Amino acid sequence: MPDDFAILKNLQQRFGDNDIQRQTTIDEILTLWVPKDKVISILRYLKSSVEQPFNFLYDLCGIDERDRAKTNGLPSKDFTVVYTLFSYKRNSFIRLKVAPEGDMPTMPSITSLFKNANWYEREVYDMFGIRFDGHPHLQRILMPLTWKGHPLRKEHPARATEIGPFKLMEDLMDREQAALQFKPEEWGMKRESEDADFMFLNIGPQHPGTHGVLRIVLQLDGEDIVDAVPEIGFHHRGAEKMGERQSWHTYIPYTDRVDYLGGVMNNLAYLLAVEKLAGIEVPDRVKVIRVMLCELFRISSHLVWFGTFAQDVGQLSPVFYMFTDREKVFDIIEAVCGGRMHPNWFRIGGVAQDLPNGWDGLVREFVEMFPKKLKEYNSMVIKNSIFKGRTKGIGVFTLEEAIEWGVTGPGLRACGFEWDFRKKRPYSGYEMFDFDIPIAQNGDCYDRAVVRVEEMRQSLRIVEQCLNNMPEGSYKADHPLTTPPLKKYTMQDIETLITHFLSVSWGPVIPAGEAMSCIEATKGANSYYLTSDGNTSPYRVRIRTPSFPHMQMVPYISKGYTVADLLSILGAMDFVLADIDR
Amino acid sequence: MTVTQHVLIVVGVLFVMLNIAAGLIWVERRMLALWQDRLGPNRAGPLGIFIVVADTLKLFFKEDWIPPFADKKVFVLAPAIVVGSALLSFVIIPFAPGIVVADLNVGLLFFLAMSSIGVYSIVLGGWASNNKYSLLGALRGASQMIAYEVFMGLSLMGVVMLTGSFKLSDIVAAQQDMWFIIKQPVAAIIFFIAGIAETHRLPFDIPEAESELIAGFHAEYSGMKFGMFFVGEYIGITLISSMMTTMFFGGWLGPAFLPPWAWFFIKTFAFILFFILLRASLPRPRYDQLMETGWKILLPLVLVNLLVTGAVALWTRG
Repeated sequence: MPDDFAILKNLQQRFGDNDIQRQTTIDEILTLWVPKDKVISILRYLKSSVEQPFNFLYDLCGIDERDRAKTNGLPSKDFTVVYTLFSYKRNSFIRLKVAPEGDMPTMPSITSLFKNANWYEREVYDMFGIRFDGHPHLQRILMPLTWKGHPLRKEHPARATEIGPFKLMEDLMDREQAALQFKPEEWGMKRESEDADFMFLNIGPQHPGTHGVLRIVLQLDGEDIVDAVPEIGFHHRGAEKMGERQSWHTYIPYTDRVDYLGGVMNNLAYLLAVEKLAGIEVPDRVKVIRVMLCELFRISSHLVWFGTFAQDVGQLSPVFYMFTDREKVFDIIEAVCGGRMHPNWFRIGGVAQDLPNGWDGLVREFVEMFPKKLKEYNSMVIKNSIFKGRTKGIGVFTLEEAIEWGVTGPGLRACGFEWDFRKKRPYSGYEMFDFDIPIAQNGDCYDRAVVRVEEMRQSLRIVEQCLNNMPEGSYKADHPLTTPPLKKYTMQDIETLITHFLSVSWGPVIPAGEAMSCIEATKGANSYYLTSDGNTSPYRVRIRTPSFPHMQMVPYISKGYTVADLLSILGAMDFVLADIDR
Repeated sequence: MTVTQHVLIVVGVLFVMLNIAAGLIWVERRMLALWQDRLGPNRAGPLGIFIVVADTLKLFFKEDWIPPFADKKVFVLAPAIVVGSALLSFVIIPFAPGIVVADLNVGLLFFLAMSSIGVYSIVLGGWASNNKYSLLGALRGASQMIAYEVFMGLSLMGVVMLTGSFKLSDIVAAQQDMWFIIKQPVAAIIFFIAGIAETHRLPFDIPEAESELIAGFHAEYSGMKFGMFFVGEYIGITLISSMMTTMFFGGWLGPAFLPPWAWFFIKTFAFILFFILLRASLPRPRYDQLMETGWKILLPLVLVNLLVTGAVALWTRG
């Protein structure tokens, strides 16, 4: 692309021809290898000096390169740190790679440049042991503080059976308990001010308002929040590590459980990247089926959010009505997929089965029934004056702050920015559909709620279009790498039989390369950045989830509000702990 | 009135009140379920009414645990205060002509005094628990209830002006021609709002705010001590509902085809249901919003109401 070329030229002129090496990737994102000592200045240049800047740190992750079979002449050494930036103005990504050397390498921290780099760097440290010089608080984030080793390093075991039985002796328990003790001084917090003693209130990990195992330590002056420290990782299940030991196909059910309210939408994010790597182009029918299921899941996820949000501000009844409607969505999903929350229904190159007979009747019934209900809920919750009082002007952030902290999804749109990856970077055939991007102007909790309610209406529009225009055709692409593999000629010649046998027993071998998908998931931008070494399983699976940066922003947007407001802020954020911790 | 009659009334009122409070467990859960599109407890007994027995038994047999870090004496005392003060308030409520434990000539003041004492249970319970959530709940509860006590007392004074007595039976008798809800609508609404705040029920359940403070001031309580708070809340609802009936809706007065006590209970029950309906439908305002509404809107309103009532009373008397 000419745009990419201009940037590359620009960077090479400024930072030296030899230092910047371009790598071609399958996803066509401009990927540049840059030297470690220049990474900060290049990032700073890209963020602020370049025209139409890349001012959004989309993702920051590491890769352990020591087991790589095919380096293809790239400057990768022991580890790679990948910075993915996004420019809303250009609507394009740029990927910078740095190859720090050594067994426990160090990198310069970019926390002074991007606010949301803080947690990402902590995660890379936690997972790879790469230290970031200049980081304000480099501490494990997902693993327990007492953990030995860094899980995403290749030598770290992936299964519990590899490390012997676990015994919780009393002294170990005491040590673990002691590690959970919160020490305000470590976080630069004072225990008292001139005229008040602060109270440190532990919200969670078991608390009805946190929607899962999340711990937030609040520094309180009376009921006012002075500072907050979210502690995450209680829900960490090593989804990325599991990717390295599952086959490309058998990893699909694990994705379901990342944003566990998004169901097949997670499958889609993963499969879009796999299909890019494999070079599979799916038929239109597959696209439309996938879109329909994803939008149904968006409605179901937003319904859960709507009900629990109302409950967070003390309204007890809506959650029951909304869960009843969610059941109706699940009736459709169950009829189509057989599963409910984690249907694991998309496959490489298609979906598991064709739509069942009578699916259209079910969907039509829902499409006709739901708008009325939504209207009722709108007047029950959104128009309620106490609800307005609890959410208007609470947890406000501006568009600049949202971009700086990496907010995506409804939170971003509530700041008055019309951005939806479905519209701006269409995938899976979203360009064929007619829908609007709902926005609001104030960026407070109330606006986030309004945007989500409107999103349900738009999703319903999309579902209706799927219903009326479902294309005929196959539910699976005609490609040797699809799973389960095609069986057409297996009974006629031995060669296809062998291939079929291998791709069933081992799984497909996806060609070497790397690709990233980017979808508008229920909570914001969700990406799978896959690295293939030409094997039956991925070399590295990186899951960029929207809730992670959102949670990182909580201390920033809750300062100065009260404990009750924190619940509004958390509720309006719509996070899923599994989506944060993976 | 003979001593036996008196004892009968005392025992009767106590018996009826405790049973109503227990029965409300079932009523509330069934009604909430009805309004929330679900079934509610429907297994034990006809329509699930034995849930009351099951719940009570459960509370009795639960381990009665006092946390080692709590202030033991105060911790035990707090739940007793809430039940005690609420039950004592029923002393002055006239259920029907002649059926009243003690028709004090300062009846209304006695009711206000008792509800003030009720605040102590929250403050002491929250403080003695030695738990941060309980402390926050207790702080919220104290300021909320002290603030709302002011409007509660003031809103009733209009009725007192019109009747010229603090005695509740006089107040009921004064409504023979017209209920005070017609003459004192603003006072009635403010009294009811203050009543909700006083019983800390949703939407004003700020001291316990489940989604914020888990259970607030009674987070550390279990077994029958928790049960006392639980029952105390229901007795409180019944009390405020009976006061609404007595002060503004003519007490036992009603057409003669039903006995006076039946009218009293029907009216009271209607208010209890309204309490439950409120819980089913409204979100909870923030603590400072509640206080702001109290001091900036309700207080001026209730004062204006008093002024107007006073002026009208003077004028009509000529």
